[in-house]
Amino acid sequence: MHNIFGGLATGVIYSLVALSLVIIWQSTHVLNFAQGAMAMFATYIGMTEIDRGIGYWWCVIISVVVGMALGGLTERVLIRPLYGKPEINPIVVMVGFLGVLEALAAAIWTSTTRNITEPFSQIYYQDHGHLVFLSAFIVFQILLAIGIMLLVAALFRFTKLGLQLRASALAPEVSRLLGIRVGRMLTIGWMLSAGVGAIAAVIVASGNFGLFPTDMDGIFVAGFIAAAVGGLESPIGAVAGGLLIGLAEQFILAYWSPNVAPLGGIIILVLALMIRPQGLFSKSVSRRV
Amino acid sequence: MIKVEDLSVNYGAVRALREVDFDAPTGQITAVLGANGAGKTTLLRTISGLVKPQRGGVHLDETNLVGMATENIARLGVGHVPEGRGVIEELTVEENLRLGALSAKVNLADGLNEQYERFPILGERRKRHCSTLSGGERQMLAMARALIARPRVLLLDEPSLGLAPQVTAQLMRTIRELCETDDLTVLLVEQNAKSALRIAHRAVVLHLGSVVANGDAQGVADDDDLRRYYLGVVVS
Repeated sequence: MHNIFGGLATGVIYSLVALSLVIIWQSTHVLNFAQGAMAMFATYIGMTEIDRGIGYWWCVIISVVVGMALGGLTERVLIRPLYGKPEINPIVVMVGFLGVLEALAAAIWTSTTRNITEPFSQIYYQDHGHLVFLSAFIVFQILLAIGIMLLVAALFRFTKLGLQLRASALAPEVSRLLGIRVGRMLTIGWMLSAGVGAIAAVIVASGNFGLFPTDMDGIFVAGFIAAAVGGLESPIGAVAGGLLIGLAEQFILAYWSPNVAPLGGIIILVLALMIRPQGLFSKSVSRRV
Repeated sequence: MIKVEDLSVNYGAVRALREVDFDAPTGQITAVLGANGAGKTTLLRTISGLVKPQRGGVHLDETNLVGMATENIARLGVGHVPEGRGVIEELTVEENLRLGALSAKVNLADGLNEQYERFPILGERRKRHCSTLSGGERQMLAMARALIARPRVLLLDEPSLGLAPQVTAQLMRTIRELCETDDLTVLLVEQNAKSALRIAHRAVVLHLGSVVANGDAQGVADDDDLRRYYLGVVVS
């Protein structure tokens, strides 16, 4: 039981990162390798506000808003000139941007880990007569991730904005012929994605992990695997993939060794690629890339 | 009315359009004919703003479209059904239609009903992904998606490509009807000169980017030389 909660708690973070990658993929067909670093940077900006005596929740909101602004700006400045160029170009640029952000964060805020106090106290419940302590924050983060996932899925499926975001990514030229402002859609896609990423980074920073310039690197990799396992086109798949990897890691950690826990993601990726290479939840057939 | 004036387009050193000049009057179908590589598709793409011309203008009534963004030209009421139809395969029939209605000030439910009445097969398949549609169904969907926005101008690029003759005939009838009932200005690009000339009011013949004939559709259809040299139609 304890392991399941622990696994879910890590899993939802992977889910959120995977979800943010799915949003960018769905709306712009770019894989953003700097996603984690952008979220980390936004969290730093938001969370340093705590030092000025502003409440935790305001800092969360600041982080998300800064994250969205950073996402929109990145699309406009770094990605926009690369449309129509080979697909490797945005990947290379974003890997470079990842390095720049991490170095910049270390330069501004130093690379020592900062701990941010969780906003909740511990709660406990009885399991076979034993008292089990559980952080309410874990429960909160699980519910939050599920809520965000549902919102994103609903946005893409049911709203005019979601339809335009999908159409712009699938067929930019046809979308423009239908009067859709494709450029604006791409910026909005990046903003949404970076906002979700920032929420993941805030949760990471608020937990045991703490906040440091490279804190999102491993999490990004797991989130990336989760997105690949779930199928890049499915928000629900991304979340399911994240949870699966979180649970796998937790059980390996508990019953084998913490050193091999990251193997969980790799094992699931290999299995998923063997069974359904297009992603467990992907509807479409193979994509031409 | 669409007025094309002195329009020249180059792709690098290649001249795709050379001083093209003609009018497409309101409420009429103007067929744009010519062989492969004559510049027909380039002409439509230039009108839609997808290709920037080196010289000349395209006027929709009083507005010069050259230099405007494609999405703004679409919002002025220029519907463009591209070659290969441009249906978004990963979306459902209804999602494609909703996209068409987005930028127009039409009631979505009314618009959908109107198109499902006109093309009943689309109504039956409204929840289906477009990748499951046949070529004829895709063409109908592409047309319906352009029409749902109630355009003033319709640019059709090879609508009969890959369609069975009966489907083509039906499609041509629909285009003619629309033109008459909705006062549409239609530019119909076709390689199939025979079926296009049957419904068109006017015709422009392009050859290697230049206009070689421009006038009444009947006149073009009756001109044996034109047909023999530029349209590839066997003179009977």
